[in-house]
Amino acid sequence: MRTVAVVGASLAGLSAARSLRSQGYDGRLVVIGDEPHRPYDRPPLSKEFLAGAVAEADLALETDGEDLQAEWLLGARAAGLDRMDRAIRLTDGRQVRADGVVIATGAAARTLPGTDGLAGVHVLRTLDDARGLRDALALGGRLVVIGGGFVGAEVASTAYALGLDVTVVEAAPTPLAGPLGEAMGGIVSALHADHGVRLLCGVGVKGLGGERRVDAVLLEDGRSIPADIVVVGVGARPNVEWLEGSGVALDNGVTCGADGRTSLAGVVAVGDCASWYDPRAGVHRRVEHWTGALERPAAAVAALLSWGAVEPGVPRPPYFWSDQYGVKIQFAGHAAGADTVTVVEGVTDDRSFLAVYRRAGHPVAVLGMNQPRLFTRWRKQLSVATP
Amino acid sequence: MIPACRLADLPRGEAYRLDIDPPVSVFHTDDGEVFAIDDTCTHQDASLADGWLEGCEVECPLHASKFDLRTGVVDAPPAKLPVRTHEVVVEDGMVYVRLSTDAPNLPPCIAARLAGGPA
Repeated sequence: MRTVAVVGASLAGLSAARSLRSQGYDGRLVVIGDEPHRPYDRPPLSKEFLAGAVAEADLALETDGEDLQAEWLLGARAAGLDRMDRAIRLTDGRQVRADGVVIATGAAARTLPGTDGLAGVHVLRTLDDARGLRDALALGGRLVVIGGGFVGAEVASTAYALGLDVTVVEAAPTPLAGPLGEAMGGIVSALHADHGVRLLCGVGVKGLGGERRVDAVLLEDGRSIPADIVVVGVGARPNVEWLEGSGVALDNGVTCGADGRTSLAGVVAVGDCASWYDPRAGVHRRVEHWTGALERPAAAVAALLSWGAVEPGVPRPPYFWSDQYGVKIQFAGHAAGADTVTVVEGVTDDRSFLAVYRRAGHPVAVLGMNQPRLFTRWRKQLSVATP
Repeated sequence: MIPACRLADLPRGEAYRLDIDPPVSVFHTDDGEVFAIDDTCTHQDASLADGWLEGCEVECPLHASKFDLRTGVVDAPPAKLPVRTHEVVVEDGMVYVRLSTDAPNLPPCIAARLAGGPA
């Protein structure tokens, strides 16, 4: 390969570029990113950065003096991929021809239909989003967070610490039931009530009130929640529209094998936009975790450079963390396959415990609140034990 | 030199945290080697003694940056700076640590506290 293009310049793209160099690729390397920024770390955007505790410089993912000998095309958005010559078309008309392509275009925050142009309504995905929301929160007032998932819960926690009046609205009966299951989703989301943050569950949002500026969130049951700031945290959709018609198979993201290879030879996909085959479960899964974006590019790059000759290793169970109201929440594995959840250490009411999810008696996932040491041991055991 | 613990009380694969300021941790690897590094991850306030020891590397229990126990070098984000390493001496079954005189790379929140500012 003489040219490899990495499309996407966040954690997954940077990790792919690093893997290319560390695995011996010494050809031309082009990194294309639609944001104008060098690679930065997103988890602090809903926490320390939003709270004003860390600065933008602290978010940099590259180390001082790091030089991957890459051409960085930043502020450049991919518009299409031509399968014949693996050329990436950019929206500004430029083209990048490549022998190998790493797709790492991530995901975009979902928005509420019909809310464009209404001031005071925010999503949180990018540094620019976070700058805008941080400035808005600094003015104080009433915040309504739509969506009780991890991003919504972290924004609520940060805003509470900043002194805002916070309400969280969740359409499902229990927040976080998808990633954590009903029981533990209920326990983790009880952190809101612990701190006097209102959590309204099982009610959808009908619309937003206000002319030019939002002044209320209108619920389907007829209630109207006054709001000065609204954050929409209702998940993300993979950024793959640009690949339509390219021949790269798409289905809730880029469909990939267990090593990140797509349906097109010489093209792999990593990070939030990629739906890798999970050989243990026998299904494709689009895993939107930071650790996946960090770890999986090495396997995808090995597959790319060897044209698939390298047998993929067994990936570690997915792992993610969240910080809310000063409590460290850690989770590894898949809750969906579990038939029991047992607290094996601590007490849930203390918000310091460890819970193990089992299927037919075998551990398949583990959740810790403020138990990093024990959690790490269980996570290790999980990665060894999972068949 | 600071006495840490008896080697017999530190099984392979385990770590012992010395509660000095800043804390230092002694690791006994599966291969039987003993290393000492600063206990606090350079990214955020996390105890590396609670981390995941594999070979000569320890993975932070929170965010998965791995530190080489021999050199202190970090492999991947979110941490960017190495941890300080300390010399280990084992004498008559006792593990001693000779503290480095280098400046530690502490995470921003801890550095601010040590400097007398708010935590």
